[in-house]
Amino acid sequence: MELLVNGTMMHLSDNIKTVSDVIDYFTADRPAVVVEHNGNILTKESHSTVNIKDGDKIELVNFVGGG
Amino acid sequence: MEQRYSRQILFSPIGTEGQRKLRQTHLLIIGAGALGTSIAEMFTRAGAGKITIADRDYVEWSNLQRQQLYTEEDAQNRTPKAIALKEKLEAINRDVRIEAHVTDVTPRILEEFVGGVDLMLDATDNFDIRMVMNDISQKHSIPWIYGAVVGSYGISYTIIPGETPCLHCMMEQIPLGGLTCDTAGIISPIVQLVTAHQAAEGLKILTGNRDALREKLISFDLWSNQYSSIDVQRLKNDSCSSCGASPSYPFLDYENQTRTAVLCGRDTVQIRPSSKHKPDLKRTAEDLSPLGEVEQNPFLLSFSTDANRLVLFQDGRVLVHGTSDVSEARSLYHRYFG
Ligand SMILES: [Zn+2]
Repeated sequence: MELLVNGTMMHLSDNIKTVSDVIDYFTADRPAVVVEHNGNILTKESHSTVNIKDGDKIELVNFVGGG
Repeated sequence: MEQRYSRQILFSPIGTEGQRKLRQTHLLIIGAGALGTSIAEMFTRAGAGKITIADRDYVEWSNLQRQQLYTEEDAQNRTPKAIALKEKLEAINRDVRIEAHVTDVTPRILEEFVGGVDLMLDATDNFDIRMVMNDISQKHSIPWIYGAVVGSYGISYTIIPGETPCLHCMMEQIPLGGLTCDTAGIISPIVQLVTAHQAAEGLKILTGNRDALREKLISFDLWSNQYSSIDVQRLKNDSCSSCGASPSYPFLDYENQTRTAVLCGRDTVQIRPSSKHKPDLKRTAEDLSPLGEVEQNPFLLSFSTDANRLVLFQDGRVLVHGTSDVSEARSLYHRYFG
């Protein structure tokens, strides 16, 4: 499956089915993210219920603390 | 108007009127590290009316790679950052009133600082203080601009009470509360990119150009070349305890829990004494000198043993270097400072 993640086209395994799977795949060490899926900001409750499909556009925004 | 600001006045969205407004404003910058020094320099050159700066730390050699305006002399002397920054800013533009505080930022202290403040700029390195800033912002209806950096990555968002979601609304949407201490190092260009966004948004607010605000949560990674800008308005939560219909400002109760704090990525624990008693630095230096090496400047004393270094500030705070273990830090504190 091809996904546009933070502006870069990525090839991902078809085992990745939901937004939660995408978060786990990309942010194993840094899960402090809010997610936009095809232009819609998601609440965390919907991460596991929103399914992704070929060509979807995902933005993962990490909240970091350094200054 | 003065020639100093002529190029900014020529920039038509600001103009004479915007410049006049800017001169009436009072900014509060929390933190005088990488973000804070950069933001403070921009607003000092731009001609803000007054800038209040609060920081709890002193200048170290490891700061000089990215914390602009600080010098080798500041690191040598362990000058408190707020003091060193005030001195540099006053040399850049004497028209701007600079108020510097060497202090931890607690809810009580922030309440004291925000009187008459038009905008708060986030230049802190931790979420504990940001959540306090966020509640104060809502309670006093003062906008604030979140900014943070780690590695080559940065993020910023402008929070306008009554209009945008607040930081608490957004934090609620983060799975697992997965905020960890950032220890990944940092390069200076990302600092400038974040502060450029914070300062631009600040100028819009302070010169009467709120229509031009970005309204998006932005993030970028200068090494992997990723840029993102997303609309988070939908995360504004009417039942948020910080910005919702009946707020309780939960983070303003937090003061009593923060007698100790592990400083992120610093191998350092801060201990704040429960009494308001101000230490006598000179006397303490005399007491400690048989036990290790003592160095002193007008703002703090540094005490080193073979294994640890403890720094005592005028306000009674102690930074225990060489450990991230709170109980070990407490026991060192009690051994040397009673
Ligand atoms: Zn909120």
